[in-house]
Amino acid sequence: MNLTLHVWRQKNPQAKGQMVTYPAREISPNMSFLEMLDIVNEELVLKGEEPIAFDHDCREGICGMCSLVINGIAHGHERGTTVCQLHMRHFKDGQEITIEPWRAKPFPVLRDLIVDRSALDRIMMAGGFISVNAGGAPDANALPVPKEHAELAMDAAACIGCGACVASCKNASAMLFMSAKICQFAHLPQGQPERMDRVRKMVAAMDAEGFGNCTNQYECEAVCPKEISVRFIAEMNRDYWRAWL
Amino acid sequence: MINLDAHAPSGPLAEKWNRHRNEMKLVNPSNKRKFKILVVGTGLAGGSAAATLAELGYNVEAFCYQDSPRRAHSIAAQGGINAAKNYQNDGDSVYRLFYDTIKGGDFRARESNVYRLAQVSNAIIDHCAAQGVPFAREYGGLLDNRSFGGAQVSRTFYARGQTGQQLLLGAYASLIRQIGRGAVKMHSRSEMQELVLVDGVARGIVTRDLVTGKIESHVGDAVVLATGGYGNLYFLSTMAAGCNVTAAYRAYKKGAAFANPCYVQIHPTCIPITGDHQSKLTLMSESLRNDGRIWVPKKVGDKRAPNDIPEDERDYYLERKYPSYGNLAPRDISSRSAKEVCDEGRGVGEAGRGVYLDFADSIKRLGVETIKERYGNLFDMYFKITAEDGYKIPMRIYPATHYTMGGLWVDYNLMSNVPGLHVIGEANFSDHGANRLGASALMQGLADGYFILPYTMGHWLATAKLPKVSTDRPEFKQAEAEVDGKVKKLLSLKGKRTVKSFHRDLGKIMWEYCGMGRNDAGLKKALELIPPLREEFWKNITVPGAGEDLNTELERAGRVADYFEFAELLVYDALERKESCGSHFREESQTSEGEAKRDDENYCHVSAWEFTGVGQRPNLHKEPLAFETVQLGQRSYK
Ligand SMILES: Cc1cc2nc3c(=O)[nH]c(=O)nc-3n(C[C@H](O)[C@H](O)[C@H](O)COP(=O)(O)OP(=O)(O)OC[C@H]3O[C@@H](n4cnc5c(N)ncnc54)[C@H](O)[C@@H]3O)c2cc1C
Ligand code: SF4
Ligand code: FES
Repeated sequence: MNLTLHVWRQKNPQAKGQMVTYPAREISPNMSFLEMLDIVNEELVLKGEEPIAFDHDCREGICGMCSLVINGIAHGHERGTTVCQLHMRHFKDGQEITIEPWRAKPFPVLRDLIVDRSALDRIMMAGGFISVNAGGAPDANALPVPKEHAELAMDAAACIGCGACVASCKNASAMLFMSAKICQFAHLPQGQPERMDRVRKMVAAMDAEGFGNCTNQYECEAVCPKEISVRFIAEMNRDYWRAWL
Repeated sequence: MINLDAHAPSGPLAEKWNRHRNEMKLVNPSNKRKFKILVVGTGLAGGSAAATLAELGYNVEAFCYQDSPRRAHSIAAQGGINAAKNYQNDGDSVYRLFYDTIKGGDFRARESNVYRLAQVSNAIIDHCAAQGVPFAREYGGLLDNRSFGGAQVSRTFYARGQTGQQLLLGAYASLIRQIGRGAVKMHSRSEMQELVLVDGVARGIVTRDLVTGKIESHVGDAVVLATGGYGNLYFLSTMAAGCNVTAAYRAYKKGAAFANPCYVQIHPTCIPITGDHQSKLTLMSESLRNDGRIWVPKKVGDKRAPNDIPEDERDYYLERKYPSYGNLAPRDISSRSAKEVCDEGRGVGEAGRGVYLDFADSIKRLGVETIKERYGNLFDMYFKITAEDGYKIPMRIYPATHYTMGGLWVDYNLMSNVPGLHVIGEANFSDHGANRLGASALMQGLADGYFILPYTMGHWLATAKLPKVSTDRPEFKQAEAEVDGKVKKLLSLKGKRTVKSFHRDLGKIMWEYCGMGRNDAGLKKALELIPPLREEFWKNITVPGAGEDLNTELERAGRVADYFEFAELLVYDALERKESCGSHFREESQTSEGEAKRDDENYCHVSAWEFTGVGQRPNLHKEPLAFETVQLGQRSYK
C-alpha cells in the first residue's frame, strides 16, 4: 500500500521544528510501523537527506524506547501496543498519517521524534527502589508472599517506562508511571519499610521535574502499551495522604 | 604474546571459590572511594556490577547507549532464571546445576567457572526477591518454578513472561539508588568507541556522546565491559537494533583475546521471516515447548492447512528422534532438526521455512484457560506479529540467531588477558561452552555482577599498584584522534548504498555459510566473500548529516563497520574447529545417524584469538580444558 506521512522534523533542541510530508511507497501490511519508517529512511539516505530520527531498540514491545504519537495517539490506535509492535495491516491504503514526538514540557525534543526522558529516571532515583545491598538477603522463601499480592505487584511492575502516559496527558502528569512502581512495592512485604517515605519522595521529585497533576481523564490508561490500570493512581493517592498523617 | 593462565584455584571443585575468596587481597574500606571503575554496559551484568561496586564504596562511572539503563536488551528475556534451590524437592543440587550446564555446553567450558556459577545461583534469587522482583508464586506464597529447555528438574524462577525485564528493573533500581547517592556517575546515550591502554594496562575508554557527537576520554583504575552479545552480525536476530560488537572488538584490536567466536546459538522458537523488509526476528520463549508439540507434515510439499492434516500424516520429529527429551531437546538439536525437515522440503508457511508448534493436545488436556494463564502474553505477541490465533491453529516457528556464547577471553577472576580489563555477562566467553542452556544467561549475568566481580575486582585493585594517569596522556589523545578519524571517514564516503543494505548482505553470507550447519567449503567461501564486501562498504556507503549531531545513521555505520572485521574472525574460528560441538555443527563431523560428533582428542580447548591486522588471519592460542570432576560423555538426549 501507499501512504502519506506528515512527520515532525527538528534538527536539535534549540531549532524550531516543522511538519514535513513524505510518501511511503509499497508498504507491506506485514511490516511494523518502524519497518515502514525504515523504508522511508532508506530512500531519504539514498537521496543524501538526513533520515527521520526516532528512538527504538528491542522492537518487541518491552524496552520502552520507541515513542511516537501517531495521528494524535501515543503509540497509535491499537490498544495495548507499542509502536514497534504496531503493524501496517491496521492502516488503509492511501491513508495520511501524522507522526510526532512525545510532547510534554519535561520531555524536551532532542531531534525529530527523539525526546529526552531522563526526568523519569530522576523520579525513580528519588525512591523507586528497595534499599538492599547485594549479599545480605535472607532465603527467598523466608518471606512468603500471597499469590494474589504477587500478581498485583507484577501487574504494576509490567510498566516499560515509555512515557506514553505523560505524552497523552493534557497535564503532562507522570502519575501512572510513578504509581506503577509505588504499587509494585506497596503490594510486597519487601516494600513496606520504605513505603511512606517512597511515595512522599517520588511525588516531590515528579513535581520538581515539572510534570503536572492528575485530573482523572484516564487518557494515560487508554494509551498505555502495558495496560497499566489507573486503579494504581488511586492506590498511590491513598498512600500519599496517609504518608502525611 | 598472549597469556591464557586461567588462574583457577587449586583444591577440590566445591571448595575452590571459598578458598579463593579467603585468599584474595582486600581493599581498605577508606581507600575504596579513591578507585575509579568504568563499567561499560548496564544490562543485567553491568547494571548489577555497577550497583554492587558502588555499594561497596568504589567510585563508579557507567555507560550505555540507550537513553536509560533500564532499557538494555536483558529486558527482552522472557523465560526465566535458573538456581539450585531445590525448592521443588526434586533432587536438584549445586552439583546437578553445574553438571547440566557443563554438559549442555558440550564440555567446552571451564569446570571451575561453571561450578562457581551454580554455587552463587541461590544468592541471586535471594537478592532479587529482596529487591522486590515479583517472581511467580504458588498459592502458599512460596516461589514457583518451572522446568525449562532440556532440564529434568524444575529449577527455573520466572516473573510471567517478563523475567528479564523484572530482573533488569531490579538491577536498575539498585543502580539508580547509587546514582542518586552520587556513587555512580551514569552516562546514557554514550557509546564506547575505543579502549585505552597505558603501559599495557586497561586504563580508560573513549566514548562518543550520541546526542552531541562529542568524543570524550574517561580514565579509571579498571575497565569492565558488559556490552552484551554480537548476534546482530547475522543482521536478522532476536537482538535489539543497537546491540553491537564494537566495544569487545575494539578491546580485541588492543590485544584482548577473543574466545570461541564461532559458538553462536540459534534459538528454535522464533517467529519465521516474512520478507526482506524485516528488521528483526522475535523470539517466543521456549517455555512454550513444555506444552506445545512440534511437527511437520510427513509428505514433502504438503500444502494443506495444518488442521486438515490427519494425525498419522504428521511427523512429530523431535518426539520421534529423541523419545526421552522429545520437544524439550536442547536448543542446538531442536534448531538443527527444524532446518533438516525444512531442507527436506517439509517446512511450512509461505516460504517453507517453518515448523508447527501445536497446542491442540494441551488445550484438550488442560483447558484453554490454563494455557492462557501460562503463555497468554506469548500468544498475544504472536497474534500481533502474524495476525494468527495460536489457540486455534498451530503457531509457525523457525530458528533464529539468538545468543553468542563466544566473547572476550577471561580468567577465573573475569579479567581478560589485558590487565585491568574485566569482561562480564554475554560479552565474555566463560560459562556456557559451546551451547547455552535456557535460563542460564540471566543467572550468569547476575552472578558475574552481584557476586563474583565485586570480589575479584578488589583483588585487582589491591594488588595492581597503578600509577596515576590522566586523559592528557598521548594514549588518550591518540585514541580520540582515531575515533574522530573513523567518524570523519564514514561521513566523507558519500557513496551509493545504505549501511543497512551492506549489513543485510553480510548477514546473509553469515547465515548461509556460517549458520546452523557449517562445512569446510562453505566457510572458505565466506572468507572469500567478506573482504570484497567490506572494501565496497568502505567505498560505497553514504551517511548523511554531521558528526556533531544526533546522527542515527552514523551510529549504525560505526557498528556495521566493526561487524565487517569481526565476521572474518568468527569464520576463521569455525573453520579451525573441525569437530561438531554444541551449537557448532561441522557437517564433516557427524555420526552415522547424523548426530554431532565431538572430537575431544583434538578440540578439548578454548580457542582464543589474537588480532594481527585487518583482513589477516588472527593467531590462535589454546587454553586446554582439563576436566577433574566430570567425565566427558557424548551428549545424548535420545
Ligand atoms: C529475546 C531474548 C530472550 C532471552 N531469554 C532468556 C531467558 O529466558 N533466560 C536467560 O537466562 N537468558 C535469556 N536471554 C539471554 C539473556 O537475556 C542475555 O544474554 C543477557 O541478558 C545479556 O545481558 P548482558 O548484561 O550481558 O547484556 P545486555 O543486556 O545486552 O546489555 C548490554 C549493555 O551494554 C551496553 N552497550 C553495548 N554496546 C555498547 C557500547 N559500544 N558502548 C556503551 N554501551 C554499550 C548497552 O547499552 C547495554 O546497557 C534472552 C535473550 C534474548 C535476546
Ligand atoms: S505506565 Fe504505561 S504508558 Fe506510562 S510509562 Fe509505564 S508502560 Fe508507558
Ligand atoms: S522498540 Fe522496544 S518497546 Fe518498542
